[in-house]
Amino acid sequence: MIPRPKPERFRLRRTMMFMNAQKPGLIKDAYIYGVDSIMLDLEDAVAENQKDAARFSLYHALKTIDYGDTEVIVRINGLDTPHWEEDIRVCVAAGADGIRIAKCESAQDVKTVEEHVEAAEREFGVEVGRTLLMAALESPKGIINAYEICAASDRMFGVAISGGDFRKCMQTKFQPDGVDMLAARGQMLIAARAAGIQCFDTVFTDLDDNEGFLAEVRQNKAMGFDGKSLINPKQIRPVHEIFAPTEKEVRQAEAMVQAFREAAAAGIGVFTVNGKMVDVAFIPGAERTLRLAKACGMYEGDLV
Amino acid sequence: MKNAVGREIPDALLVNGKEVYQGKNYMDGKYLQKAAPCTRRYEKPQESKIVGSIAEALRQVGAKSGMTFSFHHHLRNGDFVANMVMQAAIDELGLEDLTIAATSLGEAHDPIAEYIEAGKVVGIQTSGIRGRIGDVVSAGKLKTPAIIRSHGGRPRAIEAGEVHIDIAFVAAPTSDCVGNCRGIGGKSNCGSLGYAMTDAKYADHVVVVTDCLVDFPNMPASVEAIDVDAVVVVDSIGNPKKIASAAARISQNPRDLMMAEDVAKVIAATPWFREGFSFQTGVGGPSLAANLFLEKYMDERGIKMGWAIGGICGPMVELLKKGKVGKVIDVQDFDLDAVNSINQTPGHYEMSASQYANPANKGAFVNKLDFVVLAALEIDTGFNVNVLTGSDGVLRGAPGGHPDTAAGSKCCIIVTPLVRGRMATVCKNVVTVTTPGDCVDVLVTDYGIAVNPLRPDLVECLDKAGIPHVPVEALQEKAYSLVGTPDDLEWEDQVVAVLEARDGTILDVVRKIKPLVLD
Repeated sequence: MIPRPKPERFRLRRTMMFMNAQKPGLIKDAYIYGVDSIMLDLEDAVAENQKDAARFSLYHALKTIDYGDTEVIVRINGLDTPHWEEDIRVCVAAGADGIRIAKCESAQDVKTVEEHVEAAEREFGVEVGRTLLMAALESPKGIINAYEICAASDRMFGVAISGGDFRKCMQTKFQPDGVDMLAARGQMLIAARAAGIQCFDTVFTDLDDNEGFLAEVRQNKAMGFDGKSLINPKQIRPVHEIFAPTEKEVRQAEAMVQAFREAAAAGIGVFTVNGKMVDVAFIPGAERTLRLAKACGMYEGDLV
Repeated sequence: MKNAVGREIPDALLVNGKEVYQGKNYMDGKYLQKAAPCTRRYEKPQESKIVGSIAEALRQVGAKSGMTFSFHHHLRNGDFVANMVMQAAIDELGLEDLTIAATSLGEAHDPIAEYIEAGKVVGIQTSGIRGRIGDVVSAGKLKTPAIIRSHGGRPRAIEAGEVHIDIAFVAAPTSDCVGNCRGIGGKSNCGSLGYAMTDAKYADHVVVVTDCLVDFPNMPASVEAIDVDAVVVVDSIGNPKKIASAAARISQNPRDLMMAEDVAKVIAATPWFREGFSFQTGVGGPSLAANLFLEKYMDERGIKMGWAIGGICGPMVELLKKGKVGKVIDVQDFDLDAVNSINQTPGHYEMSASQYANPANKGAFVNKLDFVVLAALEIDTGFNVNVLTGSDGVLRGAPGGHPDTAAGSKCCIIVTPLVRGRMATVCKNVVTVTTPGDCVDVLVTDYGIAVNPLRPDLVECLDKAGIPHVPVEALQEKAYSLVGTPDDLEWEDQVVAVLEARDGTILDVVRKIKPLVLD
C-alpha cells in the first residue's frame, strides 16, 4: 500500500495528462514522463459496460504504484449518469488527490459532489477535506455560471474547459486562431482568477499538427492559463518549455523577492529594482515565477 | 577459471592458447600471423564459371565431409541460400560432419536445425543464433559447442586461422558469369555485401549463388571474380519482403521517444559532440529515434555529423541527402532506402566487416567512433550487457557489432526500457555477458539514466548539463520492485555455446538449460 501525501490545493499544474483508468499498461508508470498531474479517466474513455472494471484497475493502481510527486486526479462520470456516486467512493478509498467533475454546470453540482466526497471520506477513514475538486465546464451554462462554480467550495483548486462538447453546443468547430472558444476561455479565466483558483485549457487532439499545438499552447500562456490538458506524453515537454519563464524574467523575479525581503526587514515598503518600482503587490507574481523556474530546472536558489 | 567479468570458464576450453577474457585492449600490440587460404589456379582463360546447380558446384570445388562452409546474412530472414546449400550437401551429396560458419543465423534457417539433430551438422560458428537452431543448440543437440563471435571477432578469427573456411557461399543479388558480385541491381537486393568480403578473401573456395545474372563486368564489385571458383544461377536467393523492409519507421511510442530524447541529450552534453563527430545507432525503436532528436541538437549548435557507420537505414540516408552527415559507410542495409542508396548517393560507401570492427587489424572504423547507441536484452549492475540469451537461458540473439562498437567508441550508450513485461532488463547479473561492462559507458532507461563509475568524465559532463542520473543499482532495485526478483536459472554442466570476446579470449559460456518442469 502506497500512502500518498496530503494533496496541495495550489501547486504547479502545467500539464494534466488524460489516461484511460482501465489500461494498466498506460497507468502503471505514467509518472515517468514528467507530467505534473495524471488524469485517470473513468468517463468517456471507458465503455459503459466496463465502468466497474475501470474502478478496480484504478483502485489497485493507486494502492500499489508509487506515483511520487505526480498528482493523481480522477475524472468521474457526469452527475446525470448512474456511475458517479460509486466513482467518488473508489476515488476516496484509493486516496486519489482530486476529482474532476465532468459536465459541471452549477455551484450545486460542486456541492453535491462535495457532500458525497465528505461522506466517503468518513466512510473510509480518510481525513475530511483531503480530497480536492476541480470542475470541467463543457456547456454554455457551465461558462455562464463559471464564477459560482469556481467559488463553490474550499476544495476547488481549478476549473477547465472541455473543448469537444463545448464546441458542439456552440455549433462551431476548432479554429486555428482559437476564436471559436475565445469568449469562453476568457470568461472562465476571469471567473477562476476572481475566485482565486487555477484555470486549465482543453486538449489538442490532432497529434500530427505540431505547429498548431504549439500555437495553441502559446496562446494559452498569453491568456494566463495555469496549464493544459493533454492526451499524449509527447505533448508534455513542449508545454513545459512554453510555460517556462525566460532567463530575464527569472533574474528579475529573484532580484525583486530578494530586495523585497531585505527592504521589509529594514521597514521599507516601496523601492526600485533595476529601475522599476516594486512594492508588495508584485511579490506573489515574482514568487510564482520562481516556483515555475524551479520546476523547469532554471532556478536553484532558496527564495521559494 | 574466472575471467575479468567474473564468469567461470571451464578449464577444458582453455587449450591451444585460448585464454579467458582479461579486459579491454588486452591484446593490443601483440602480433598476429595471418592464415592464408589454399586456392586453385585458373590460368587457362575460361569464358564462364557458371555451373548447373549447387550440387554440381559442390562437386566441382571438392566438397567433402568434415568441411566448414561459410555464409553471410545480408538476406536476413529472407535468405534461401544457406538452406539450399546444406540440403544439396547433405541430401544430395551425402556429406556429414559439416560445420557452418555464418555471420548470422535466424528463423530463415530453421530447416538446418534438423541437420543438427541428425548429427550431420556438428559445428556452428555465428554471431546470431535464433529460432529453431537456437532451440536445438540450447538443448545440447549440437556435437560441439557453438562458437559465438561479434562481427569484428569473426574476421579476426578467420584471419588468425582459428576458423578455416573450406567453401564460402556468397548469396549475390547480382553476379556476372565469372563471379563479380554486387548487392544491388537484381530482384533480391540487399545493398552492402560487407560481411561476405573477408570470407571470400580467406576461403579456399568461393561459390557465388545468384538469381540475377548480369553482363560482365558487374562493377563496382563487392566480391570480386578473382576470388570466385563457381557461379550458380537459381530461381530465387531469397524473399525480398524479408530481406529489407520498405522503410524503417521512426517509432511513435512515447516511451521510445522519451528515451531517444534523453540519449540525444546525453550525447549533446559530451565534448565529442562537435563539428564532424561520428555516430552509429541501432535500428531498434529508441535507438533509431535518437537520430531525430540528435538532428535537433545539431541544428541548434550549427554542427554536422562527419560520418556514420553501421547497419544503416532510411533516416540516416535522409541525413546524408540533407547534407547533415558527411559520409555513411556500412556493412549492412536494413531497409530499401538504404539498399537503394549505397554506392549511389554520393558519400554512401560499403565496407567489409573487418574494416568495420576487427580488433586485430590496424584501423577498424569502430576505433574512430565517437558515439554508439545500442540496445540490450539485459544489462547488469556491472554494466555487462546480454544480447544473446533470453531470460529463459535459450540462445535467441546476436552480439553483432555490439561488443565492437562498445569497445571502440568514446561513448557507448545503452538504451532500453527498465522492464519488458515481467522481465527486469536492468538486473543484478546478466544471463550471458556478450559485451563486457568495461566497454559500456551510459545507460538510458525510461526510469532514469546511469553512468558507469569507470567514466567520471561523463558523470561530470552530465552534471554540468543538469542531466539527472542515478547509480545503476537504483535502477536495478526499481526494476525488481516493479516485477519482483527473478529466480536464478538452472543449468546442466554441458556447455552448448562458447562466447568469444572480440579479441578471441573467452568471455562467457552458455550451458544446457535444465528443462522446465511444472509442479
